[in-house]
Parts: sequence; C-alpha cells; structure tokens
Amino acid sequence: MKPESRLRTVLTKGLFAVTAECGPPKGAGPDAIRKKGDLLKGYVDSVNVTDNQTGVVRLSSLAACALLKGQGLDPVLQMVTRDRNRIALQSDVLGASALGIRNILCLTGDHQSFGNQPEAKGVFDLDSIQLIQTVRRMRDEGRIIGGEELTEPPQLFIGAVENPFADPVSYRVVRLAKKIKAGAEFIQTQCIYNLPRFREFMSQACDRGLDAQVYILGGITPLKSGRMAEYMANNVAGMDVPDEIITRMKAVPAKEQRQEGVKIAVETIHALREMKGVSGVHIMAIEWEEIVPQIVEQAGLFPRPPVQDE
Amino acid sequence: MITAERKPLSEIKESIAPYKKMLIVGCGSCVAECASGGEKEVGLLASALRMDAKKENRELELLEMTLDRQCVFEFIDQLTELVDEYDAVLSLGCGAGVQAVAEVFPRAIIVPALNTTFLGQTKESGLWLENCRGCGDCKLAYFAAVCPVTRCAKGLFNGPCGGSKNGNCEVDPETPCAWALIVTRLEESGRLDALATIHPPAQWSRQQGKGPRKIVREDQRI
Repeated sequence: MKPESRLRTVLTKGLFAVTAECGPPKGAGPDAIRKKGDLLKGYVDSVNVTDNQTGVVRLSSLAACALLKGQGLDPVLQMVTRDRNRIALQSDVLGASALGIRNILCLTGDHQSFGNQPEAKGVFDLDSIQLIQTVRRMRDEGRIIGGEELTEPPQLFIGAVENPFADPVSYRVVRLAKKIKAGAEFIQTQCIYNLPRFREFMSQACDRGLDAQVYILGGITPLKSGRMAEYMANNVAGMDVPDEIITRMKAVPAKEQRQEGVKIAVETIHALREMKGVSGVHIMAIEWEEIVPQIVEQAGLFPRPPVQDE
Repeated sequence: MITAERKPLSEIKESIAPYKKMLIVGCGSCVAECASGGEKEVGLLASALRMDAKKENRELELLEMTLDRQCVFEFIDQLTELVDEYDAVLSLGCGAGVQAVAEVFPRAIIVPALNTTFLGQTKESGLWLENCRGCGDCKLAYFAAVCPVTRCAKGLFNGPCGGSKNGNCEVDPETPCAWALIVTRLEESGRLDALATIHPPAQWSRQQGKGPRKIVREDQRI
C-alpha cells in the first residue's frame, strides 16, 4: 500500500515506536493543527488525532489528519462510534484511505454527557470492537457490513485502545484479546502511572501470547502539576494515579512541577522500553504538545529512525 | 411496566388554560403501579387544579375517571358517552394511552399530564429502574440476563468501556456498570468463557427501521 503507514513500518521492523497525540482546535483555523504538526515533525513516527475528545466539538479528526498528511506526517485517524452510525463510519473509513491516511484508531468514545453538547443523542450504532471488525473486513475482504463488495478496499493499519487500569480488572486482558481477535493490529493503552499494575497486565498478556499478535504502545501523559495528578486520580474514571506519584509531584515547588512531570514521563518510557511485549509509546501531552520533543530526546528516542516506504 | 412521571403543575396548567370543563382520566395499569397516573394520582391532580382555579377565581369543572387500561379500546369505550360534553380530556395515561384515546375520539382534544419515561421494574418503594428498551431482538441469554442496550450508557455489546469504576458507571456513579454486572454474573455462574464472543452489530431495524412497529397475530384476530 502506497503511501505506507510509517507507524506500521517502524513496528514491523521491530523498532520502538513513538507516537504523539494532537488535539484539533475549537475553531475552523488550520494553522493550529499545522503548528502542532511542525512541533512534532521528526520527533514522532505518527501523530494521533483525537475525534471530538470528551464529547467537545472540535475541528474534525479527518480534516486534521489530511492537514497533517500534507505536512509530510503520518497521521492516525481516531474514529469514535459515539457520533456516527455505520453508514457514516464506513464512508469516512473510505474517505480517509482516499486522502492517503494509513492508520485508524477505533474507539467507542467518551460519553456525550461529559462534553459541551450534553443534550446530544449518543449514536453508538456500533461499539469499538464492532468497528475494528468492520474496518478489518473492509480492508481484507473488501466488504462492508452486510457483505456488499467495495470497488476498492481501504488501506489502513488498524488500532484500538485498552485500559489496563479500569474495572473489572480480571477482565482487562480478556478484552485486549477480544480486540485482537476482532482485528486490531496495534494497541494504545491508557496513561501509565502505576507501573507495577501495568507490568502485571503485560505479563498476563504475554502469558496468553498476545504480545506476539499485536503491537502495544504504552500511554504516557506528562503531569503538569500535583493538582493535575490529584484531579486525574479522583475525577477521571479508569485513571490510576498512585499516591506516591501525587506526593512526588507535590513535593517539588510549583514552578518545577512541570519538569518533575517530564521526569516521571521519561522514567516511565525507560521502564517500558525494557518491558516484554511493549513495542512503543504513545505520548498524550494534553494541550502541551510542545513538550513532546523534550520528552522524546530525554528518553533517548531522538532522532527517529529513517524508514523507506515499502 | 411502562413508567411515567407527572408533568410539573405549571406545565399542565398552561396546556389546559383554554378549557373550563374537563375529563381527567387515569389508567389503572402501569402508571398506577408507578404512582403517577392511577386513581389516587387523578384525585390528587384534580384537587390541586381545582384549588388553583379557585385561588385565581377561574371556572374549572373536572370529572375524575380511571380506566383499567387506557390503551385498550374496550376500556376507552367507557368515555364514549362523555367526551362530547367536555372541552378536553386531561390524560394521566402513558403516551400509548393518550394516543389510543385520541384515536378513538377524532375530534376530541387530549392533553397529556405525564411524561412517559421507560420500561422498567419497581426496585423498591419509590424506586423504579429502566431495564428494557424494547429493541425487538432480546439478547439477554448472552449477557447473563443484564441488558447492555439499556443498562450500559453506551449500549455496548462488547463492553465494558474504560469508564467502569468500582462496579459503577462513570456517567452516573450511582448506577451500576452493566458490564461489571454481566462479568460478575457470568463468573459466578461459571460461564466466563462467554466473554470471548464478539457480538456482531445489532439489527436496529427491529427497533426503528421502518417507523412505528406493529405486531400482527392472526391467531388472536376474531
């Protein structure tokens, strides 16, 4: 498939991948996206664009991906099932491929009640696993839901997310296996602050041989402050921020807390590089994309390896 | 049962403002069970409206009635002799009752007094829970008798999502996560392997594909 997904190439070569998240603006201006693209270029293999994250209306993920593609970056299109039914989802999958986008991340999406359109009707025609399966069949069998044939299949490297820290804990690895069975080729995890618990999740995944079937990218979100750590621990469901991380952030003066957050992020990346089954990291610096180059450099992951289109 | 809640008095007052002589009609079935539209609630609403009219020196005549079922013609027929003598009917039936009455009396003005809400169960006194969406394609057999369409905020067939925390849903932390219940129930009944199944996209056409649904049973037709 030309152009090739850079992310796929890096991973299949066995190199440790680095991706970063890019949130589109709450407006029609393309410059905000281009600026973030410029910041990240050369420091990451792919840029992952959120799809109206937390149910807040933003410039569309598809349009932002097309802009980033134009800058020579390898975008990952996030697609949530919250806002579109199967007609719109499948149509956008075809459109993304036509625009040269080569990676897709399939999610259900945050519930609309958390965003700025709480009166919206949640669609949820499909769930994330059904979307993964749908895209996989479109690509590999050239068929849409119902079996009708496509004139040309989409070319996409298919990803999903998994939260090793959500409840019920006993079921998280089972669900990862289910996403792989549905057709996921790479997995981005929820932000990792609790390394022992993540290590346990990975060891269970490896025991089941899942690391051989999928590329797992560990989620990294640098903390900006002790307050942010505390907020995430208490108010964000499915987020596991241990007390020692909060204490560590709060122990340094306010002005130095951002650097402490970067330090924790870098230490976590180092630990993940050594961990069996982890193929890369996904850095989600929320509205703080400018810090990504520093994290990548300090983690010893810069420069990114040159890869040729296959 | 179908559950409903009475509309605020101010809204009811506004919608019946033009009428001086009204039939106020309850229903003895579901809405009586959920204490929103039975005989007792008809009496309470009628008293409140009469008092309010008296306070404001307005003329208002109300005749109270409660039908065993407001959605079945045989019972609605009890209104036949009366409807023409009144300006309007204030119905404490569910949405189905209101429309069934309207269909029987084409020229009558029917005003709803309830907001019909959901299909649910009486969990305990004063607590009703939604647990069925009437999707027309019941899959409870696969989900340990917990409906993910209704009880998961995202209606996930392959849940849970990342927002399940301590057995509760992030959308409403006082509501149990349907998927936590499903996983627990499957685990406790030794059926955990059922979780590996990927459930395909639902056939929503059975719920809303061709507009309002109907059931035709030839064996029941006279």
